[in-house]
Amino acid sequence: MKYVDEFRNPELSRRLIQAVLGLGKRMTVMEVCGTHTMAISRSGLRPLLAPAVDLLSGPGCPVCVTSEADIARAIALAELPDIILATFGDMMKVPGPQGTLLDAAARGAQVKVVYSPLEALKLAQQRPEKRVVFLGVGFETTAPAVAATLITAKEQNVFNFYVLSLHKMVPPALRALVEQEDFRVEGFILPGHVSAVIGTRPYIFLAEEYGIPCVITGFEPTDILKAIYLLLTMEEPAVEVEYTRAVRPEGNPKAVEMMERVFEPCGAEWRGLGRIDGSGMRIREEFSAHDASLWEVETPPVLGDKRCRCGDVLCGRIRPLDCPLFARTCTPESPVGPCMVSSEGTCASYYLYEEAH
Amino acid sequence: MELLEEVVFPLLGGGSPWGAEDATLLDFPSGKLALTTDSFVVQPLFFPGGDIGKLAVCGTVNDLAMRGAKPLFLTLGLILEEGLPLETLRRVLRSAANWAREAGVQIVAGDTKVVGRGQADGLYINTAGVGVVKEGLQVGISRAEPGDLLVINGYLGDHEVAVLSCRDGLELKVQVSSDCAPLSSLVETMLSAGRVHAMRDPTRGGLASVLTEMAVASAVALEIWEERVPVREEVRAACEVLGLDPFLMANEGKVVAAVHPDDADRILMAMRSHSLGGESAIIGEVREGRPGEVVLVTSLGSRRLLRMPSGEQFPRIC
Ligand code: SF4
Repeated sequence: MKYVDEFRNPELSRRLIQAVLGLGKRMTVMEVCGTHTMAISRSGLRPLLAPAVDLLSGPGCPVCVTSEADIARAIALAELPDIILATFGDMMKVPGPQGTLLDAAARGAQVKVVYSPLEALKLAQQRPEKRVVFLGVGFETTAPAVAATLITAKEQNVFNFYVLSLHKMVPPALRALVEQEDFRVEGFILPGHVSAVIGTRPYIFLAEEYGIPCVITGFEPTDILKAIYLLLTMEEPAVEVEYTRAVRPEGNPKAVEMMERVFEPCGAEWRGLGRIDGSGMRIREEFSAHDASLWEVETPPVLGDKRCRCGDVLCGRIRPLDCPLFARTCTPESPVGPCMVSSEGTCASYYLYEEAH
Repeated sequence: MELLEEVVFPLLGGGSPWGAEDATLLDFPSGKLALTTDSFVVQPLFFPGGDIGKLAVCGTVNDLAMRGAKPLFLTLGLILEEGLPLETLRRVLRSAANWAREAGVQIVAGDTKVVGRGQADGLYINTAGVGVVKEGLQVGISRAEPGDLLVINGYLGDHEVAVLSCRDGLELKVQVSSDCAPLSSLVETMLSAGRVHAMRDPTRGGLASVLTEMAVASAVALEIWEERVPVREEVRAACEVLGLDPFLMANEGKVVAAVHPDDADRILMAMRSHSLGGESAIIGEVREGRPGEVVLVTSLGSRRLLRMPSGEQFPRIC
């Protein structure tokens, strides 16, 4: 199959590795997206490229960047009477001040793992006696599907379907990141799926204002290697697309339109990066009948485990191995921070795929 | 008990010793008795290449086969959510009966319980199985030896992708059938072709889990060659889209075995000539070394640990 030849050709990958190493350059590169982190760790690229590229992971795991206060709120919602909280699986084990959603379920809360917002909507239709709250976690990747689901819920009068929107936008977070004093990344591998929706324009400031070259790429080793080669050889900083089989420069205008119809920008709290103006997505007034963020719930004060260094991991300041808890106190079985929970989390990727202990 | 008499018995009980008694009496051949049980939960109940009934029969048959046992008898317990359409139940039972026949086992006892709406996800099945192991045959997860080669009977991840392809909203446009199948006859073929030391079926947790279990139980190290591990192109594509790892995907008709190196070719050939082993491959080797360590040589040439995942893997959201 052509598909195999082009993207999964180990021979081509090996040649690309040689080409990258042969340039004799060095660069600190950040892969922003958690799916890239996982793909890089899984293919074993980091050690192979070490002489040429210092590959750091960024704030691109939606579960990881969700603040503890937001997690506390989600758990509090789940524990209200007659609620079914529908969530992506990765949120189940993220610790908040009241424990995890899994703990809440053990205390009697109804929490159901779904694979898409549509499944949550169907659940609401099947269980009219309950209020179903979908925990909306994600970036511009998942937000359009949630928007589409909210539009359907409104059209079909599914009054017992709600969304707690914790969605976030990637470009404002990247601006906050590069504005940090100790920021030392010289090139970005930008997310493939987010970019398929928003296109290249929202990232241009990285190249133009900050002089950082960027490449949007896919998730196979050859994609990632080509992106790195492009970064190392780019003459003028720009935002280039390697992932042409999925990303058009203009993105997916329809998805953007849907997202903008349902959500409006608002301030949002990011783990590690703090509050970033205009980086959140609030449900617009028109859909407020489905907005679970309007409910009053009591949440305990957030404590946070001061030892957890997820914030630093998410900003590329440290690697998981630099966290004293990594693989000792903190493992996927008993995670201390969200980066060890989510399959897209940097600590989980390193634990599962990278180092021997 | 109408459900048992009117629905379950006619579909499963034909010719079997099910009856009004509290327990079934069975004749048992000589040899060692192998006994196992497992519970089955899957959504949706029907998926490309299988259904929960087939899964419940094959799962237990395969667990017996992994010890080198010839499966003989099964019990089948059903937990039904109130409101489950009778036709659904009938379809599942018909499938269970068919696959039991296919695998050469008899379903000899069973039970049904109905629970309230919302207390079960449609239908859960528990099966227990009894098999017989030939005198002198010793196969077990702790018996892999340094020098053994590791074989698998085909593509990884088909089952999990087939089930995922049914979920709303994932938009997984692939057509992959579950590999769900009773492995007893394939295993028999393998056992008669040469010395098989250790076997395990990589179900939930995937190949990575099974290999880790084998390395730990046998106190050996394993080396796996990524390039040799068969993964269907559609499954790779689905994994790319969803951010999943084929090595962690569930299978329901695969066996990984550590076999004596001198017999490996013969066993491989025998497997390839079996209908469930056309794509069989040697994927790695048992080594002395740090006990319990599984190293993957990636197709790019780097080496990394292959670890057991914790819990389920979920599709990416970023
Ligand atoms: S290893 Fe655990 S505690 Fe340390 S930063 Fe990662 S998630 Fe936090």
